[in-house]
Amino acid sequence: METIQTDVAIIGAGGAGLRAAIALAEESPNLKISLISKVYPMRSHTCAAEGGAAGVVKPDDSFDQHFHDTVGGGDWLCDQDAVEYFIHEAPKELTQLEHWGCPWNREADGSVAVRPFGGMKIKRTWFAADKSGFHILHTLFQTSLQFPQIERYDEYFATDLLVDDGRCRGLTAIEMRSGQMRRFNARAVIIAGGGAGRMFRFNTNGAIKTGDGMAMAYRAGAALKDMEFVQYHPTGLPNTGTLLTEACRGEGGVLLNKNNYRFLQDYGMGPETPLGKPVLKTMELGPRDRVSQSAWHEFQKGNGVKTPWGDCIWLDMRHLGEKKINERLPFVRDICISYLGIDPVTDMVPIRPVVHYMMGGIHTDINAASSVPGLFAAGECACVSINGANRLGSNSLVETLVFGRRAALSAAAYVSGAKTGNEAALSARADEAQARLRELFMRNDGDETVAGLRREMTDTMEEGAGIYRTQEGLSRTCDKISELRRRYRNVVLTDKTNVYNTDLFNTLELGNLLDCAEAVAVSGRERKESRGAHQRLDFVGRDDVNYLKHSMAHYNGLEPPAVDYLDVVITKSQPGVRDYSGAKK
Amino acid sequence: MMDVRVAERQTDLEILRYNPEIAGEPKLERYTVPTKTEWCVLDALNYLKDNVDPTLTYRWSCHMQVCGSCGMMINGEPKLACKAMLRDYPGVIRIEPLAHFPVERDLVAVADDFLAKLKRVKPYLIPLEKRLPEDGEYRQTPAQLKRYRQFAMCINCMLCYAACPEYGLHPKFIGPAAISLAHRYNRDSRDGGRDERQEEIATAEGVWECTFVGACSEVCPKHVDPAAALQQVKVASTVDWYLEHFMSWVQK
Amino acid sequence: MSRYPYVREVSPTTWYFRAPRYMRYMTREVTSIFIGIFTVIMLVGLSRLSEGQAPYEDFLAALNNPFSVIFLFLALAFALYNSFTWFNVAPKAMPIQVGEELMPDIVVAGGHYILWAILSVVILIWAGIF
Repeated sequence: METIQTDVAIIGAGGAGLRAAIALAEESPNLKISLISKVYPMRSHTCAAEGGAAGVVKPDDSFDQHFHDTVGGGDWLCDQDAVEYFIHEAPKELTQLEHWGCPWNREADGSVAVRPFGGMKIKRTWFAADKSGFHILHTLFQTSLQFPQIERYDEYFATDLLVDDGRCRGLTAIEMRSGQMRRFNARAVIIAGGGAGRMFRFNTNGAIKTGDGMAMAYRAGAALKDMEFVQYHPTGLPNTGTLLTEACRGEGGVLLNKNNYRFLQDYGMGPETPLGKPVLKTMELGPRDRVSQSAWHEFQKGNGVKTPWGDCIWLDMRHLGEKKINERLPFVRDICISYLGIDPVTDMVPIRPVVHYMMGGIHTDINAASSVPGLFAAGECACVSINGANRLGSNSLVETLVFGRRAALSAAAYVSGAKTGNEAALSARADEAQARLRELFMRNDGDETVAGLRREMTDTMEEGAGIYRTQEGLSRTCDKISELRRRYRNVVLTDKTNVYNTDLFNTLELGNLLDCAEAVAVSGRERKESRGAHQRLDFVGRDDVNYLKHSMAHYNGLEPPAVDYLDVVITKSQPGVRDYSGAKK
Repeated sequence: MMDVRVAERQTDLEILRYNPEIAGEPKLERYTVPTKTEWCVLDALNYLKDNVDPTLTYRWSCHMQVCGSCGMMINGEPKLACKAMLRDYPGVIRIEPLAHFPVERDLVAVADDFLAKLKRVKPYLIPLEKRLPEDGEYRQTPAQLKRYRQFAMCINCMLCYAACPEYGLHPKFIGPAAISLAHRYNRDSRDGGRDERQEEIATAEGVWECTFVGACSEVCPKHVDPAAALQQVKVASTVDWYLEHFMSWVQK
Repeated sequence: MSRYPYVREVSPTTWYFRAPRYMRYMTREVTSIFIGIFTVIMLVGLSRLSEGQAPYEDFLAALNNPFSVIFLFLALAFALYNSFTWFNVAPKAMPIQVGEELMPDIVVAGGHYILWAILSVVILIWAGIF
């Protein structure tokens, strides 16, 4: 097997991976960097983020307010030391992006403009129309092109981490165009592989978001933290799941039930605000978990709008007018017209909550280091945790930047003291990875298909691990996923060729999704309380006595993961009531 | 009224298949799949891959017209498969890999050449005046932003290369998207790198290879209008030449 | 190595039959041949003029037949077609931005037409037509 020697290998070339690569190139110019991704960097799912990125920059804002919005929004499951670091780094990172050319929207005086977002008390979301993630990703990718020490391995599918002597020392990856496996001997590895939203049937995520990085780290011995917290975005298109940014509401769009009633006022987010004059942190600018949950309750009450795709609610943006929609939400308009044939300038858009983001991920400390020495993680695949039980909109893009850079600095420091691994042992590990692949390739006796198992997985996740959960439903989902993981061993490839074998990659992705899905379901079953995005019909309300803790799922082969708990770091904000009513503001 | 969108129909697809390990030449294969009116071509391909032939090979990810993965020729036109709506294609739909690029397999085109060209034109900010993050942001008015924003919308989907006959005939041509991105930075008020980029793009392999067919702008899914970018580079380069040769006392 | 990317050759002689937009483009390119020939005729005329009145009158007489009249009308039509299509894309090549708005295409293209008209009138006056 061809071996590539490198200093730091980065898996994933989206926001976090690219930011890490640039940080290494700039701040440790002598290191050799391998940036490995199963897609070209500009295809990474960071590009689909629309609304923007939060950073304190305006004189009426303060770090303290960003801190409290984030911690309260996360239902006090955030590690407050990490949040503190995050909010202070955020404006620096966003300014750095500006210096690299990011086309942020501007005020008349040339300073950066900010827009309101859900759960934020002050306008602090930097934005580039409704294509913020796209511009961030392309700015990073284009900036990265000037550094010769960043060696890109585009369309390389990473399969396994190489761990020897308890330390992560590299990985194996398949060059997709040739089907050949390569070994990367790295002194440190950063995983920036994104989320795993594709485990749900109905999601805003791209096809590539299959939890590969999470699963790889999990199998290598790193814990997956807080996996039960899966964010539903309130406004997805009902047929394709396509995201309509929270900025639709930030700019003044409202949510209505079938009676044209702004139902959020019935769920502790009232009183009703005047049309076209959104008030921060209330009504439509409540946090995503609350808004999505309210929609679910409306459906239960029979107040949903009946559509061929099931119950929906209306998103009404008509009063914003064509000019503002074209200026601030042009992409949203395009998407509605393409996929629904509805123009938001003239008609209301049916929408429904849709799986969007995983708060959980690879457990890391505040330095982005996982529990496996030499292995670092950043972005959606990681859980630091700044997002707690519910991420605030526009914190995730910044998280990729802040912790992408943090992971790079930590990896560089680690590398300076890291010895090279035992060559024979690493070679053996890589051969094992190749042998597993060969076994899958050669397998002829089995009756399972990728598409079939995937369908069963997404169905059971949607059913048992959705917006509202119960012990019974979660247990059923746990059992089902466990069954699917066993049946996965009987998947037979239809495609047995080498060049760009997507049948093979889809199979590997399904395996990764199943591993992550089991962590979600089991962690959810074990958390017997309702907090943020994890809502239990049988355990209403938060239980700070028993569950003000991070759940940690540990890989256990074909058996379900063992789950234990880690204390939340609390520095200055004691758990309190999440108040999104507009009454006293 | 929404029921129309979920109406079902049978759709015939003709897909160019090529697997270097199985057959030497690409061949059109015909498939019939049950589809819904609201679907895009990508949905039909996904149906086919999941239910009929898992060996069908193509790139896709976001399904929302922004990642740029699923560019392909649809009835001879370069399109994003996620933006080509079935309602616009009543008959047989012929699907081929993007023109002018080598075919890796089925609908997957080899993108190496485009990536090399992109890198070559230095599509990153070369600051006019260096700043550190603690110095705060550069000031840029909405009017200055407007000068380049359109050209920053490129998603690198390569449809323009598949439309450009010059690129097809002369593969050395740097091409529409890469030059547009160079132009995007040239027009940015924060940038001072135009001279460096001109060495790449104001050349025979750069804008002077362009004969203004205009196809790139017609197929661009993001209204970048690369043809406009290239003509603007030509005008500016011509002005440079006159200034240099006839009015050398004028500072550029 | 199992990779073998397949290269689809583009025919240098028939590529423009692939799409109507290429046909339109090639048609426009072909029309410039007429303008080229007209330019050569005009240069010959100038050369005859410099040789004296008699050679120039011979030259004019040679043009005095139906074929050359048809040709000259065609060349004029194509020259106008090329000019109009050229001016109409001028806003792309030379956009004028005022504040946050681009000047409407009609202003930029219109400026070209006005300049064209003025220059034509000046030349015609200078040539003694008016």
